[in-house]
Amino acid sequence: MKLTLRIWRQAGPAEPGRMVAYEVPDANPDMSFLELLDVLNERLTLEGEDPVTFDHDCREGICGSCGVVINGQAHGPRALTTTCQLHVRSFADGDVIDIEPWRSVAFGVLKDLMVDRSGLDRIIQAGGYISAPTGSAPEAHSTPVPKPIADTAFDNATCIGCGACVAACPNGSAMLFTSAKVTHLNSLPQGAPERASRVLNLVEAMDAEGFGGCTNTGECTNACPKGIPLDSIATLNREYLRASLGRK
Amino acid sequence: MSFYKLGDDIADTTAPDVPIEQRWDKRRFDAKLVNPANRRRHSVIVVGTGLAGGAAGATLAEQGYHVIQFCYQDSPRRAHSIAAQGGINAAKNYRNDGDSVYRLFYDTVKGGDFRARESNVYRLAQTSTQIIDQCVAQGVPFAREYGGLLDTRSFGGVQVARTFYARGQTGQQLLIGAYQALSRQIDAGNVEMHARTEMLDLIVIDGRARGIVARDLITGEISTYIADAVVLATGGYGNVFYLSTNAKNSNASAIWRAHRRGAYFANPCYTQIHPTCIPRSGDHQSKLTLMSESLRNDGRIWVPKNPGDTRSPDQIPEDERDYYLERIYPGFGNLVPRDIASRAAKNQCDLGRGVGPGGLGVFLDFADAIKRMGEAAVREKYGNLFEMYDRITGEDPYKVPMRIYPAIHYTMGGLWVDYDLQSTIPGCFVIGEANFSDHGANRLGASALMQGLADGYFVLPPMLGNYIASNKFDKVDASHPEVAATVAEATGRLDRLLSIDGVRTVDSFHRELGEILWDECGMARSEDGLRKALGRLPELREEFWRSVKVPGTGASLNQSLERANRVSDFLELGELLCVDALHREESCGGHFRVESQTPDGEARRDDDRFAYAAAWEFGGTGGTPILHREPLEFDYVHLAQRNYA
Amino acid sequence: MNFWRSTIGKKTVMAVTGLLMLLFLIVHMLGNLKIFFGPTDFDHYAHWLRTIGDPVLHESWYLWIQRFVLVVVVVLHAVSAYQLSRRDLKARPTKYSHHQRAKAGYATHIMRYGGITLALFIIYHILDFTTLTLNRHGVDGDAYDNVVSSFSVWWVTVIYIAAMIFLGLHIQHGFWSAAQTLGYNRPSRDRTFKVAATSLAVLLTVGFLIVPVSVLAGLVD
Repeated sequence: MKLTLRIWRQAGPAEPGRMVAYEVPDANPDMSFLELLDVLNERLTLEGEDPVTFDHDCREGICGSCGVVINGQAHGPRALTTTCQLHVRSFADGDVIDIEPWRSVAFGVLKDLMVDRSGLDRIIQAGGYISAPTGSAPEAHSTPVPKPIADTAFDNATCIGCGACVAACPNGSAMLFTSAKVTHLNSLPQGAPERASRVLNLVEAMDAEGFGGCTNTGECTNACPKGIPLDSIATLNREYLRASLGRK
Repeated sequence: MSFYKLGDDIADTTAPDVPIEQRWDKRRFDAKLVNPANRRRHSVIVVGTGLAGGAAGATLAEQGYHVIQFCYQDSPRRAHSIAAQGGINAAKNYRNDGDSVYRLFYDTVKGGDFRARESNVYRLAQTSTQIIDQCVAQGVPFAREYGGLLDTRSFGGVQVARTFYARGQTGQQLLIGAYQALSRQIDAGNVEMHARTEMLDLIVIDGRARGIVARDLITGEISTYIADAVVLATGGYGNVFYLSTNAKNSNASAIWRAHRRGAYFANPCYTQIHPTCIPRSGDHQSKLTLMSESLRNDGRIWVPKNPGDTRSPDQIPEDERDYYLERIYPGFGNLVPRDIASRAAKNQCDLGRGVGPGGLGVFLDFADAIKRMGEAAVREKYGNLFEMYDRITGEDPYKVPMRIYPAIHYTMGGLWVDYDLQSTIPGCFVIGEANFSDHGANRLGASALMQGLADGYFVLPPMLGNYIASNKFDKVDASHPEVAATVAEATGRLDRLLSIDGVRTVDSFHRELGEILWDECGMARSEDGLRKALGRLPELREEFWRSVKVPGTGASLNQSLERANRVSDFLELGELLCVDALHREESCGGHFRVESQTPDGEARRDDDRFAYAAAWEFGGTGGTPILHREPLEFDYVHLAQRNYA
Repeated sequence: MNFWRSTIGKKTVMAVTGLLMLLFLIVHMLGNLKIFFGPTDFDHYAHWLRTIGDPVLHESWYLWIQRFVLVVVVVLHAVSAYQLSRRDLKARPTKYSHHQRAKAGYATHIMRYGGITLALFIIYHILDFTTLTLNRHGVDGDAYDNVVSSFSVWWVTVIYIAAMIFLGLHIQHGFWSAAQTLGYNRPSRDRTFKVAATSLAVLLTVGFLIVPVSVLAGLVD
């Protein structure tokens, strides 16, 4: 397969960037999308050019490191699929593919396709946890958790923190990310004591990072490789309203 | 020519000499304590933020120590613990099915093929129950039953249901729990977190670990960090094989540099191979993906009887298929242990009966299961895995048989540690997959998560306190000659990599290293093969230092340089791996020597000669490593050969 | 104050004020239909609007209270929208060079422009029928004739038709969005809220447009 990759190249955070076209004449349909970039990078290296920088690690869709916007879609055309799990067979011979970094004022470009997502960590640090110092835990069965609640918590806890929701949102909003954490922890009985302070602190941190607001476009949930539902944002809003009205 | 020197025996002197069930209590009681008010003044470096590192960093910070923590990823939430699928063992006995701490201990020692230290394993089993309590309190959403209580399942052929799980993402959920606890301490200012920062070397002063040299991967800046103790939680070295189920950037540099500085490396040849991975699709393959071995419960493994048969599987009639596991092991069939299933697949491929690209694959067929249970039932049970397979291969497993092939998955070997988890460098502690301590020659399913969290949450913190309370720490700053020398060495190494400007990429060397190790030191190892590898590896290392091409500079973000530095360590580690495999002339657990097998092809241990852990002292680059043996005594679990035929 | 400063707080204000306006519009639309009962009834109704509350309240006090509340509501809605939009645009300064294919519907897409259009329309509408500044007939108290005079001109009717279509689209996304923002939405209720939003949108658009279209068609003269 012959593919043309138009890739965002930017030497550093303060440098200007631009789209640069590269031909990959020998792409194999069974390659993963990142392996396609690997092949290009091997060639660039030998030709004395700077290889393309991109984040990646587990390459099995769970660590949340990778993520680029492919033809205007975060993580590319396949639903519920991270960039590393996307394969070249999703494209056709002769395709021109645009590859760009996540765009949001809160995600500065570090180099090429790599961005700074530390804002998401700071949101969690603001209260995305249950305070349970090691050793203080009661017997695991002392608090039964109804299965539907455990399932809701789990569905939201599967967020991999890749930032695709922010990249896809026309407002660069981190509401889906934040709502997944609030829904995960606030729905569990273990999370109840910090329920109000958690949501208030997380939202404050989220706003402070410069992420945009939610306009309920649903682009986030469409891009989410783990299928975190839009419903979680309603839960976040509900929790926030509840906490703001002073209910513990 | 001898490829190693024999040094003095080594022994763990820290486990108290009391009955095994009292050892951990006694050790904790004997341990010195640090006054809570003084803890602030003591700093600890933790390298890595996986289950072990994340748990340790959070716990030490909660106790009041000043923690300086590092990870090469952009966030402490991404370490490869996150990819563990199956579950975590704990001797809760919620099922009332006869489980106990003693049984978990027993299973682990036996599963490790009698090459683990009993004291450590017993403590692991003891601690397991606390881990579940801790994780539930943190909000880890384990699978639950309708009554609201925790669900468990039996895993990897174990007779009791002691495995707790969170769908197929247990590692992710446990890691997020540890990450959240760590985040809380970062916010409180007790943990100074350095993400995207990679350890380059260990600083040893007056024989004690006192800090690390690390590189900021964004700016390229090289800095020193000084502390009272250093904890390495940097995971395993499976990527020495290039293709493994590890994350692409997982590396052994931290433990290898510590090894070069004096930490002994134990049992490097104990590597675990997982039989149900998706085969490689071509030369571009960058990593391998594991699928849960639960697939073997209903899938049937076969190859065409005729070598080189390229017909599509549905064109191969029943009588031209060889369901080789069912044929060779009628008792266990497709459910034989991991190493046996893996080796059998390799043997079939060696006979030319492999399927798929390069003939490196065997069929895992669900046609019978679909006929028997109906497609809906198969979908219900394995839907997620089938989707994953489809996503990666583009083939629909409901219609055509899956292709699977074994892949490197976990490394039982690692830095040698005593009962306190301290390496042979005082003040350098090693936890999780990075150490060698608990799994012997083979790890049981769902035990990796248990060990990482046991080490990080419960075992390391009191022992680290003991070390700090027992020592005085002079102030050290960057101008100290040892610090300056270590920095100069690390910087010099990077400069040298950049200056070679050769003709081969880093990956091409890594790939070649992986191929040599996989062929000669993979699923089956022979003296001839290992000697061949030991002939080729030094040449490859020298060629690397002569002709690798690393573009760019060290003063900026440079992923090629990062990889080159890691591969330079893998090249050295690969040699030690082969030396260890060559010296151990027995088969045990994940280490299969073709010379040591029973007439029907089963692994044969040699307890008279090899009932010891092999702790290797660094003998210089290209030099001769020195073997220190730690004899293993089995006072509680009696030595026995396993038999599956 | 923290609540107002937060993005979710502002969105809540938008949702609540939006729902209040929606309530007003429903009443407004139903009142408009009174025109089909003839000039006497309609003018009487228009006059009554100014004296609601009498004699408890003095003559047009209620009217002014309502006007005041509506102005506050509109201003709060608009200020939140403005501030949030500015923030949202700042949060995503760089567009993708490959056009992003939006998966959300058109109604979602045009909320901002629709809102601005509606604000301009309201000003025009007040100048037309409240202050009568732009009204061709322009006689205070002659509500029926004022309406007929405006809508007899084709292009005024066209403006109204366009504005009401924008209003419908605004409500279609806005109503469901309010349910989401106020946290009332659940997966089990999502469909109901979406159907309700579309029904309200169609009802109000059609209800408001019946009058000008009827005038233009000569059914009301």
